Amino acid sequence: MNFRIENAFQTTRRGFLKGGAGLALAIVAPTVALAEVGGPGHAGSAMVDGEFSPNAFLRIGTDGTVTVVSKHLEMGQGVYTGLATLVAEELDADWSRVTVEGAPADAKRYSNLFWKAQGTGGSTAIANSYEQMRRAGATARAMLVSAAAQQWKVPASQITVKNGVVSHAASGRKAGFGELAEAAAQLPVPANVKLKNPKDFTLIGRSAPRVDSVAKTTGRATFTQDVKLPGMLVAVVAHPPRFGGRVKSVDDKAARAIKGVNDVVVIPNGVAVLASDYWTAKKGRDALKVEWDEAQAFRGSSDAIVADYRERAKTPGLNARNDGNAEAALAKAGTVIEAEYVFPYLAHASMEPLNCVMKLENGECEVWNGEQLHTVDQFSLAKTLGIEADRVKLNMVYAGGSFGRRANPQSDYLLETAQIVKAINGRAPVKLVWSREDDMRGGFYRPIYLHRVRAALDAKGMPVAWQQRIVGQSIIAGSPFEPMLVKDGVDITSVEGASTLPYAIPNLNVDLHTTNADVKVPVQWWRSVGSTHTAYATELFIDELALNAGKDPVAYRMALLKKHPRHAGVLKLAADKAGWNKPLAPAADGAKRGRGVAVHESFNSFVAEVVEVTVQKDGSFKVDRVVCAVDCGVVVNPDVVKAQMEGGIGYALAAALTGSITLKDGVVEQSNFNDYPVLRINEMPKVEVHIVKSAAAPTGVGEPGVPPLAPALASALRAATGKVIHTLPIGEQLQA
Amino acid sequence: MATINLNGRDVAVDLPDDTPLLWALRDGLNMTGTKFGCGIAMCGACTVHVDGQATRSCVTPISAVAGKKITTIESVGEAKVGAAVQAAWQKLDVVQCGYCQSGQIMSATALLASNPKPSDADIDAAMSGNVCRCATYVRIRAAIHEAAKSLA
Repeated sequence: MNFRIENAFQTTRRGFLKGGAGLALAIVAPTVALAEVGGPGHAGSAMVDGEFSPNAFLRIGTDGTVTVVSKHLEMGQGVYTGLATLVAEELDADWSRVTVEGAPADAKRYSNLFWKAQGTGGSTAIANSYEQMRRAGATARAMLVSAAAQQWKVPASQITVKNGVVSHAASGRKAGFGELAEAAAQLPVPANVKLKNPKDFTLIGRSAPRVDSVAKTTGRATFTQDVKLPGMLVAVVAHPPRFGGRVKSVDDKAARAIKGVNDVVVIPNGVAVLASDYWTAKKGRDALKVEWDEAQAFRGSSDAIVADYRERAKTPGLNARNDGNAEAALAKAGTVIEAEYVFPYLAHASMEPLNCVMKLENGECEVWNGEQLHTVDQFSLAKTLGIEADRVKLNMVYAGGSFGRRANPQSDYLLETAQIVKAINGRAPVKLVWSREDDMRGGFYRPIYLHRVRAALDAKGMPVAWQQRIVGQSIIAGSPFEPMLVKDGVDITSVEGASTLPYAIPNLNVDLHTTNADVKVPVQWWRSVGSTHTAYATELFIDELALNAGKDPVAYRMALLKKHPRHAGVLKLAADKAGWNKPLAPAADGAKRGRGVAVHESFNSFVAEVVEVTVQKDGSFKVDRVVCAVDCGVVVNPDVVKAQMEGGIGYALAAALTGSITLKDGVVEQSNFNDYPVLRINEMPKVEVHIVKSAAAPTGVGEPGVPPLAPALASALRAATGKVIHTLPIGEQLQA
Repeated sequence: MATINLNGRDVAVDLPDDTPLLWALRDGLNMTGTKFGCGIAMCGACTVHVDGQATRSCVTPISAVAGKKITTIESVGEAKVGAAVQAAWQKLDVVQCGYCQSGQIMSATALLASNPKPSDADIDAAMSGNVCRCATYVRIRAAIHEAAKSLA
């Protein structure tokens, strides 16, 4: 079975990442989705297992409990709370009686409407579900109201619903959802229901408390790592030290001699040791003596990769955007400014190291996983196991972070688990557990990128031409997403944010060199994907142009954003709230202070951030405050939006300060949080978030808080010290 | 077979003595609230209390905790300080992915038990061993102050 996303993901490239075309889809698709799950006009089938189940997205128990079924993974971004809010709003449910559970893998019922396949990512969860979930709630509400009208023999139009109580004021009759559930289930599912006017919203826009707060503060939330099945074995794997290595031979005598080691099996990507507990399996893994076949292994080093990219950047790449004639304008310009920006490999380093639980029984595969890419994983597992995709059952549990990593287009760690289960002929369920070191050295990094940017300036210092050359590995090439996201050799995720530069520049060219033929390091999307590097290069460069022109960086940008009111809107809001027009308060001890700004659009959301820093004499520095403005259309939960901006800023700051995976002779030099430092509480700045009031269609917030932080920080450091950081991470460059 | 005093009860653990307390809890006793994050005491996800002290269970062998009182996230809310910390976490909706939060709550509870009114610097000192990749730090700090206020 060959699974190609183009078959399942019938949408445009732009729709996938930008939500543009996808959004139109979201408005027409809900009726289709409902029709597929019992459907309009379908009577008498809505009571399932003692619960009123009018559609695939909710059930109402006879005790009044409302269970919302989330088609999207909760990996921290508040998706469960957001989707439940949409359902509960139109249902007029009592929020305290609403619970959420993860949907099974079923692309017919639970596809991401922007993708036409099931999965979570690209900050699409709320955007693609906004109408669909509201409609699901409104449908149930209409049926409850009809049931009450029939029982009470009153017109439905006189019935009101509030906080989970259905009432008829004139007769004084009231009933809870639970009391009406059975009667409602006997009614036909209405084809068309009216959605609320936004002015009548009582939950949307009001910061309903998170549905996962109690479980996650009491240790009761279930992550993959917490799943334990009867007879389950824990597998720990010895992976090759270099990407592309294979097992040549293994001496497992010492491993098998350890009490409790159950088995040792060779799989395509290593050797797995199985035991009934992790510690024994890990001891067994550490006792293996493996000889590796490294004939096909990649032996590159980060320094050499960057040097090679610098050479490649001297010649034109494949065109990603071309307005006017940038080269001609550069050739005849009086003033040309040029800069290079270099970005390292980055690990996602989620708190929960990768893991997966799998059972193979009677030709059926059952998986427990922080499942982010259902349809792809389902097809990949089916192919590896030689079964039909509908025989792969996926149980979606909480993910302890992901930042993109659990949405692996190659289903890497899931297939590794399948290969182990297959190797033991399914005689026991298996929990694959990667150690932190396995996770950090396991590849699938944000790729190394090098940008070379040149601008031609007019007499006033404004840009008349901009040429940006990007060199790096494609995340998408060779993956099932290639037909959708790579056009004419250009992976749009390599250039997004640069190819979509909003500034009014008549001659604008962006081109790309893709290096996958030579660089064999597994790479993957990392929270905000292309914008992790394009925002830095574009925003820090525009900042340099403003500085060169002797103009205020905010005013300089505003002059170039006249056709982009939402960029301009967040930029102005962040600047105003940060007190941009007033000087920064000086540091008491004579240390230098600096302030910087950046604005960037990603995933159809617009974010500007102002960063304030204090730099000590020795070059060490602290980020004091970040003022953030976000425009993500209609806001479903302001507190969750705020949390995502805070978290995105912290995640981006970790990468900007110290984030770097380096290769030496093909071996990853980092292993754990000791040599891949991440942000700690003492480094976290104060964060202020301001949300633009908007009636535009809702867009995502999981990723868009990330991109502006690093360029705004670099701009602040430049303001304080005069030094421009051209290579990330910042590390100790200011101490030099 | 080791015996440990866990959440007020003596329990037997059928794992070798060198097994870290973390894996004894998780795999031996099916107490999964305490999390595995790094295995080298660099992230704090595995934090428990040993005689009231915040301790990284991933590097503490079960042989080292014989005769000591161990408290985990499963029972920390039974005491006043732990309950106040959990309530503050819920009130401010601190959690995102939630994986590190058991450890954060255990560290915060140990801090407040010894220092009822911590300053921001005290919080930095006590909490910088606990990593949160979702960077919920702004709210962790606020929730510790909130819990301190509720206990005052």
